Amino acid sequence: MDETLAVDLRQITKQFGTTLANDHVNFQVRKGEIHALLGENGAGKSTVMCMLSGVYRPTSGEILLNGAVARIHSPKDAVKLGVGMVFQNFRLVPSLTAAENIVLGETHQVWRTKAWMARKTAEIEALATRFGLPFNAGRQVWQLSVGEQQRVEIVKTLYRGAELIILDEPTSVLTPGEADQLFVTLQQLRSEGKTVILTTHKLKEVMAVADRISVMRKGKMLATLDRSATDEREVARLMVGQDRQEPRPRKARLKGPTLLDMRNLVVIGDHGRHALEDFHMTIHEGEIVGIAGVAGNGQKELAEVLAGLRMWKSGTITFRDTKWKGASVRHSIESGISHVPENRMKSGLAGSLGSVDNLLVKSYRTPARSKMGFLRHAENRLWSQGLVEQFDVKTAHLDAPVHHMSGGNQQKLLFAREIHQRPHLMVAVHPSQGLDVGATDGVHNLLMTLRDEGKSVLLISEDLDELLLLSDRIVVLFGGRVMGEVTHDAADREHLGMMMAGVV
Amino acid sequence: MNQRGKFRLEIDPSGKESPWWVTVLAVVLAFGLVAVFIAATGKNPGAVYAKMLGGAFGTEFGLTETLVKAIPLMLCGLGVSLAYRIQVWNIGAEGQFVAGALAATAVTIYLPGLPFWIALPLMLTVGMLAGAVWGLFTALPKVLFNVNELIISLMLNYVALLALDFFVFGPWRDPAGMNFPGTRPFTAEESLPVLGATRLHFGLILGLLAVALAAAFVKTTRWGYELRLIGANPEAARHAGINIRGHIVVVMLLSGGLAGIAGMAEVSGVTHRLLYGISPGYGYTAIIVAWIARLNPFGIVVSAVLFGGLIVGGYSVQTLGLPSSISSLLQGSVLFFLIAGSILGKVRVRWN
Repeated sequence: MDETLAVDLRQITKQFGTTLANDHVNFQVRKGEIHALLGENGAGKSTVMCMLSGVYRPTSGEILLNGAVARIHSPKDAVKLGVGMVFQNFRLVPSLTAAENIVLGETHQVWRTKAWMARKTAEIEALATRFGLPFNAGRQVWQLSVGEQQRVEIVKTLYRGAELIILDEPTSVLTPGEADQLFVTLQQLRSEGKTVILTTHKLKEVMAVADRISVMRKGKMLATLDRSATDEREVARLMVGQDRQEPRPRKARLKGPTLLDMRNLVVIGDHGRHALEDFHMTIHEGEIVGIAGVAGNGQKELAEVLAGLRMWKSGTITFRDTKWKGASVRHSIESGISHVPENRMKSGLAGSLGSVDNLLVKSYRTPARSKMGFLRHAENRLWSQGLVEQFDVKTAHLDAPVHHMSGGNQQKLLFAREIHQRPHLMVAVHPSQGLDVGATDGVHNLLMTLRDEGKSVLLISEDLDELLLLSDRIVVLFGGRVMGEVTHDAADREHLGMMMAGVV
Repeated sequence: MNQRGKFRLEIDPSGKESPWWVTVLAVVLAFGLVAVFIAATGKNPGAVYAKMLGGAFGTEFGLTETLVKAIPLMLCGLGVSLAYRIQVWNIGAEGQFVAGALAATAVTIYLPGLPFWIALPLMLTVGMLAGAVWGLFTALPKVLFNVNELIISLMLNYVALLALDFFVFGPWRDPAGMNFPGTRPFTAEESLPVLGATRLHFGLILGLLAVALAAAFVKTTRWGYELRLIGANPEAARHAGINIRGHIVVVMLLSGGLAGIAGMAEVSGVTHRLLYGISPGYGYTAIIVAWIARLNPFGIVVSAVLFGGLIVGGYSVQTLGLPSSISSLLQGSVLFFLIAGSILGKVRVRWN
């Protein structure tokens, strides 16, 4: 048994239904180091962390903590074993004070007198000062800044005796200044003998703070590297992987006239900050433009603006030579933009309704589908039957709820609806997410056919293979800005990976 | 959820509707539970239930009385079901019912002596409008300020009930009524026609007509399609460019309007005057009626008749020495088991 290892995962496999989230993962973290766990979305990092913190149990394999086999069946077990987790979305009660949040769940003391609370508050403040994590422990959490709330979360794990602290995407919610301060804190934790595991997408941060780096892709652990023995280029190459796919035959493209022109666009996200900043993009007729980037860099907001779901703060959008005045879903639909949303069951389809009702979503207002406010019932059924056959959607019958269908058939139904609109521009967000190889290929064929017919596609995807396969051009988004743009022929995975990680 | 032991419990995330037999099971369990209470009083539950069944459906009088009770339940139940379709939790049918009754009575107080062909349509119209306005009071704060409709609609019930008290104890009290809190009796011209010598009135036709119209509109119109889409997935409706707020306002107007018609029909068809405590909780029972029917318009006719029978059957067991609140006990138990069923229906047991 190697006593110098704080964490030793041996052949860990975790299966969700038919999906393999972790495939025989080996992962070793030394005591007293800062270890960065890297990978694209869906690489399996979160699953690893959830198993360490007791949220999931591995399907097979062993977890060793400090050289001994650990049975982590619940978050409580993890706390007892000295594992503390700081989630991306904080687990704090906003109306309680920072100190009250930290002592929450402590079972030794029934009566929480003022004196006891004062003693605890002092104890917590001493602990916080020791690790350089200042915050006002007596203040209610909702009054603290995001950075301070994160410190409360870290102190909470320390207070509960954590020796291993796991941080999931800790900088994603922080301002650059707060992030720098966090890195100082992490070094302080290391000097006190604590072990830190963190995940991030930002290579610069990794190179600045981590001692060792482990890279995962598609559920597998690829490599563990010493920071001093590697560089950003190598890590980026590992993250995005090798090009293994056969290029698709593609017809030569004549550059059509400009279809969409977005200039100086500023869009506010749900989090209240700028999701897109000084954003420029042009799409011509008959091309597929791919948007590459790690989730949360403005892709969602870009799709929502085009679908008419989100207003922009400043800048101009010109579509088919008409300048847009404001966000309106109906206007977007009527001017010829179709939208395949990110999560088809959440915002694309109504699961409890049948195929007819789901196919009607975008077209029920047209004269072909309804007359004087009444739906053309018989015609619509025939029309739906035709679409279901044309797009080869397998369903028991037209009225069977669509949540009974497989993911691939749901996506075909959605594409049938969106393509039937004869769109000028299709905004497709993660169109092959959760689909098997055959269904993915079907979706790709549909997108390529649209392009060859002279229609345009804005393809937002986190799958670099998909983007490289289909896009005529790839635009890389980072922090709401365009990091760079490459053409199909000049695209290079490594360079794209670096741009996605915000390096160049 | 629970991960220890031989099995664990999980919530089925697919959000499928529970099967029809859950509703039947809920009703059976409710009768079973109340049977325990009946047995505790020393009576035979089987005999009591037989008596209730006979009292509610066994005689012509019982049957017509059951239908009389079913009319307001049907109209109010249909009203709330429209709101529940788009996930607006209107529990204010009671207040909307009272508003309708008050407005219809106002016609008889302030415009006495009208011929029936003016009086009745006018009473119906103002009754419906008053209910609709009461519904609007719930809808507007919700769409403008995102105020919880449960709280507003519930509070507005008390406002309406207190307004009713004010009028029947105050300005509208019948001077010839020996201090009884109620208005003067309606004239024949102000009363809805009844069937023969029974108390079964024209409101039944209004109720069935409303059910048929609602069913047809929801099934065949663009408006109905939008309601279905909002109900099935509001996020998908938003992506289709549907104005959800506009729909909330329209549906609350209709929901309140239907309850208002029920209130008008009750004063003009049954009591023939406005009385203190005009509704024995029809607006609340209607919520159960709508859920038992799973918001299906024709199902609401059936469940309204069943609940009407429960109320009438409750009266008939009084001769056995049991209080009529047996039917309240049954109603509450049915709702309890229905809700339990819809929640437990989502839980799946998985063996480790």
